[in-house]
Amino acid sequence: MLALFARDLALAIRAGGGFGLALAFFLILVTLVPFGVGPLPELLSRIAPGILWVGALLASLLSLDRIFALDREDGSLDLLATAPIPLEAVALAKAAAHWVTTGLPLTLAAPVLGVLLNLPAPGHLWLLVSLALGTPALSMIGTFGAALTVGLKRGGLLLSLLVLPLYVPTLIFGAEAVARGVAGQDATTPLLLQGAITAGALAILPFAAAAALRINLR
Amino acid sequence: MQFWEFANPRVFMGWTARVVPWTFGLAAATLAVGLVWGFFFTPDDFRQGSTVKIIYLHVPSAFMAINAWMMMLVASLIWLIRRHHVSALAAKAAAPVGITMTLIALFTGAIWGQPMWGTWWVWDPRLTSFLILFLFYLGYIALWTAIEDPDTAADLTSVLCLVGSVFALLSRYAVLFWNQGLHQGASLSLDAEENISDVFWVPLVVSITGFVLLFVALVLYRTRTEIGARRLYALTLRERMA
Repeated sequence: MLALFARDLALAIRAGGGFGLALAFFLILVTLVPFGVGPLPELLSRIAPGILWVGALLASLLSLDRIFALDREDGSLDLLATAPIPLEAVALAKAAAHWVTTGLPLTLAAPVLGVLLNLPAPGHLWLLVSLALGTPALSMIGTFGAALTVGLKRGGLLLSLLVLPLYVPTLIFGAEAVARGVAGQDATTPLLLQGAITAGALAILPFAAAAALRINLR
Repeated sequence: MQFWEFANPRVFMGWTARVVPWTFGLAAATLAVGLVWGFFFTPDDFRQGSTVKIIYLHVPSAFMAINAWMMMLVASLIWLIRRHHVSALAAKAAAPVGITMTLIALFTGAIWGQPMWGTWWVWDPRLTSFLILFLFYLGYIALWTAIEDPDTAADLTSVLCLVGSVFALLSRYAVLFWNQGLHQGASLSLDAEENISDVFWVPLVVSITGFVLLFVALVLYRTRTEIGARRLYALTLRERMA
């Protein structure tokens, strides 16, 4: 499982696997928003938590269809299915690798981009914490979506249609935590709920993803 | 005869051929009674005037939109556990009916909301969770149409339906956390202190019954069509082999 994780990391970083692409997308999105809504600092600081969360969500969506598609094309997915580790562990390792290559950089970059959007000072810490808690759930849900659509020729669009509604609870609690942090209120409740969603997703979705993979490999 | 034998495709085609016309007839009759009674023979509400009458479309369709998903969930479970093909096809057949019910509920709500709330749409928890339910239906139907092999499609959509149900429930309660509502609370519950007046309640229950019957009739009819399509598919495959 660790070997698979390391292999996926290496693939993502070396062979133009889209590492950093999500980050660049995130940056572009944040740059475009002020053009769309106007450069007023008060307005920007009001919408910053939501924009940053939606941006992180869309950026993590970008690389989802690569999770299994490349392995399927060169046949290594079949080998993984017959490997001694269970497919559930494969799904979990894939999700972890996806998180390290997209979720983690996004989390670390978000406070910096928050400065661009005039996010008030206490919000940066909350943004960091809520993204760190929430992005693993995004990667895990995305892995499930990728497992569902791995057999399709052009699954990319369908994948976003399937996955985005599943992101709703994570987004709500994440943006709410940051908004409360900015307003100086107590943000523990949304953070706890978000942690619960992440823990639940990590516990249940590997099984669903493995089931979908087995069906697709039949 | 065991319960599961009704799900044998041949038996299913046999009894549904007799039941479907009756269900359609009964649904039409109940709907006619409920809607005509509701639209023409109930008093206007003292505050909402005659706009209250859209309730006879809005509440039943919203009720069926949720229950159609529940039925798809049960049918998906039966397919995953017992591998009854009819069950998978019934889930497939129910999805477009369910999405239509969701749309009816959203549109009638908007039409009522414009004069009463002064807006077509607000980001109220109930409205938002219905919009999310609509998206779930959309994804489910899209996945069905995207996959060619019928058994794979049935399997994958069933898994999606199970996971989607969990997340739909999560979203439903997450949006409660996110925004306060404008939508009125439940006023039909059997155990509630304060319900709507019987003058409105009785025709409403008749309408809901009509919508349930309509749903059952449509799903049975569509399932028959799906079975027919599947037979045709098998026949063409066999012909191509020969």
